[in-house]
Amino acid sequence: MNIDKKIAGDLVANDVSFITTVPCKQLAGVIEEIDQRDDIFHIPSNKEDEGMGLCAGAWMGGKRPAIIMQNTAIGVTINTLATLIQYYRMPLPMLISYRGELREPVACQVEMAVHTKALLAQMNIPTYHFHKQSDVEEFDMILKYTFMCNKPVAILTDANFWGGYGDQ
Amino acid sequence: MIRSEILKEIAPIIRDHLVVCNIGLPSQELHMIDDQPTNFYMLGTMGLSSSIGFGLALAQDKPVISIDGDGSVLTNLGTLPTIANNATGNYTLLIIDNGSYGSTGDQPTYAGRKTSLTSVAKACGCDNVIEVQDKDLGPVLQSAIDSDEMTIIVCKCDSGNIKLPVITMDPVVIRDRFMKAVQA
Repeated sequence: MNIDKKIAGDLVANDVSFITTVPCKQLAGVIEEIDQRDDIFHIPSNKEDEGMGLCAGAWMGGKRPAIIMQNTAIGVTINTLATLIQYYRMPLPMLISYRGELREPVACQVEMAVHTKALLAQMNIPTYHFHKQSDVEEFDMILKYTFMCNKPVAILTDANFWGGYGDQ
Repeated sequence: MIRSEILKEIAPIIRDHLVVCNIGLPSQELHMIDDQPTNFYMLGTMGLSSSIGFGLALAQDKPVISIDGDGSVLTNLGTLPTIANNATGNYTLLIIDNGSYGSTGDQPTYAGRKTSLTSVAKACGCDNVIEVQDKDLGPVLQSAIDSDEMTIIVCKCDSGNIKLPVITMDPVVIRDRFMKAVQA
């Protein structure tokens, strides 16, 4: 199974057509896949809170949005999640690379990894953790759930899910 | 002119269009001067008026005006390259540049000192950037809305605030009313 194609396919099948991204090495494949899809408008952001603003506007304009980012972005976007996405009750699937987990080569990434789930729990954000490739089977249901309840929903995807870092 | 006087003057121009209005006093002033279902009032999240308005403009065809401030644009400077590189003709960004953080007590911003947001926007790749003095804004804004090209307007004006109440409308009501106006 090609995870990148499966994720992009599920996004399209759920009518998600506006996606903003802030890159991560783990997410490079899925970002490239999304960029190549004609049925998805891909707009890279310079910072994740900016991206959430774009998504909020796109949703009010009639498009289903999504954001793809690293878990470090949770530290950047707490205020935006609380005062924009949650306060105005907007749906936002957040596909997040969960850096600093098993098979992580960069020690500093662990420093935000240890806070990630606690912050999401504190924010009452529904959170799913993809650790094995087969976990991606839930992605379609998570998207449906997100647009059913109009909430931000986090999908944490760790290095093991993506198949590690090659030789590292 | 101060910001509230500018908003009073442009209210007839923006009344029938989708407007995303900056947090704090700008939203409170617009709400008091001319509340419309086509106004999206930001109650929090400083800096994102341009991003929300731009996402809205990309997602549908109607003209969209983001009313922003110099302090808020400085908070989210990354917005300008994003807007420049994905330009859409139905979008107008109006930066009311009074050189101060009005909602927090008129502390000076760097835009009121050495930093030119007009030059920053141009350097970020925005093709149509117009710096205008407050009294001349009306016709410039009207032609930006009518034009098929995206325009960034930096409107230089005086700092100063009027006393007015906060917006008590529920955010979900603001959003729902706005989305119905978008679809209308």
